[in-house]
Amino acid sequence: MKSLLAAVKKGKVLVSDGAWGTQLHQCGLTSGECPELWNVTRRADVFSVAKGYIDAGADMIETNSFGGSPLKLGRYGLGDRAAELNEAAAAISREAAGVDRFVLGSIGPTGAILMTGEVTEEELREGFRIQAEALQKGGADVVCIETMSALDEACIAVRAAREAAGGEIVCTFTFEKTATGEYRTMMGISPAEMVQAVKEAGADIIGTNCGNGFDGMVEVVREIKKVDRLTPVLVHANAGKPVLRNGVTVFPETPEMMASKVNDLIGAGADIIGGCCGTGPEHIRALAEAIRYR
Amino acid sequence: MNELVETIGRCVERGKINKASPFPGDMKGLDGADELTHQALEAGTDAEAILQACIAAMVRIGEKFGRNEVFVPEMLMAAKAMKAVTEHLKPFFQSGSVQAKGTFIIGTVAGDLHDIGKNLVSMFVEGNGWNVVDLGVDVKPEKFIDAIRKQPKCVVGLSALLTTTIVSMSKTVQEIRALFPSINIVVGGAPLTMEIAKEMGANGYARDPQGAVRWLAAIREAS
Repeated sequence: MKSLLAAVKKGKVLVSDGAWGTQLHQCGLTSGECPELWNVTRRADVFSVAKGYIDAGADMIETNSFGGSPLKLGRYGLGDRAAELNEAAAAISREAAGVDRFVLGSIGPTGAILMTGEVTEEELREGFRIQAEALQKGGADVVCIETMSALDEACIAVRAAREAAGGEIVCTFTFEKTATGEYRTMMGISPAEMVQAVKEAGADIIGTNCGNGFDGMVEVVREIKKVDRLTPVLVHANAGKPVLRNGVTVFPETPEMMASKVNDLIGAGADIIGGCCGTGPEHIRALAEAIRYR
Repeated sequence: MNELVETIGRCVERGKINKASPFPGDMKGLDGADELTHQALEAGTDAEAILQACIAAMVRIGEKFGRNEVFVPEMLMAAKAMKAVTEHLKPFFQSGSVQAKGTFIIGTVAGDLHDIGKNLVSMFVEGNGWNVVDLGVDVKPEKFIDAIRKQPKCVVGLSALLTTTIVSMSKTVQEIRALFPSINIVVGGAPLTMEIAKEMGANGYARDPQGAVRWLAAIREAS
């Protein structure tokens, strides 16, 4: 297994991939379809998304397994296929990435909230274990636990992945700016609280994804760096906040706009930069160029 | 106001469901909304007074959420504490002495399976005295339309979390609008803004549960 930490510690800023959901929708995924099922039913389309990012110059790509927890898949009646669908997701990205680039096995939140009692810690742990194990089996180098908002769920995921896969772990949270100008997740967690808890749980790389465009991400990274200067930081930024034009959802930040802010993000302390909702291969190409020629 | 009624209100605001609930930490081991409501009713307290105190408590916590002073966990627990109260009050309402403010039909639009925000709005609107019909998640336009046919005087709430389902929400608004031109529709969810709500032809946009409650109050006033 390759070490993403070692690559980051060489001092070069690395480029990650862009959105998967919005790209799969462009390939014809309809709302209400299970994206992870496409890993077996529409393999070529999923591969084309992964390959698009590799061709654009990404040093790493994620996997089409964000909603691949047994709990989430269960909403489509596919809960018992979690291992199969996650392994297939990793295998597709592995094939697209080749041997040199990194594959980050994506694990998103389950959508269940522990404190309400709708799910137990044990159920969460077992689900994340199945996912992490399958992602590694399919060829993921690193597990990337992302879009988290609750500390308890994120820490259970990090620990389960650590025990199951044993490899390096990235963990990123989604923050929003509050009325008072601070950043918090929807569960009320600040970047500082996130850093302490997920590091204690065993995350090797921390960071933030979704919810914000580049400007917001610069502020979040600064807050992370205030409490932890050493742990490498990954950022997957949205292409701004979406607007609706003539019945179509449009993300306002163009590849050029995102690329123009790369230096601010690196200055704030980001080590790995990629995109989230609304970003495509062109955004990643522009980011990669801006990072390489800065 | 009776001190017990006030304490019940505080339990709702702080999300103290019952004695066994460990949340919030500083009220551990104390009686919660469940026990206190039972005690109050036993002592002959007016059900309507308890309800009004709890509605006011829900407004307070909802406003705090709007100011980002509390977050989703506190809202969820408050809604659960409110539910514990209304369970006790049900027999009094079924007798017809208290009328619902109206019917609110809510659902997460087709293609979107997220329910945390939708559930919060549903519970807060219900807690405010509305009859809520919760259609669940991944609700197709036809299902909204069927529900509206049964409750033609209702108000409709649409929820979405995914940026990719904004379009589905827009379609839902149009299909409802085509059949029920004068129906009031309010939309909400993380990717939405007032601008998007206007663009899709919704009557209102609520950025949080209390926003939905306020908007419904304004609609009711106007009609």
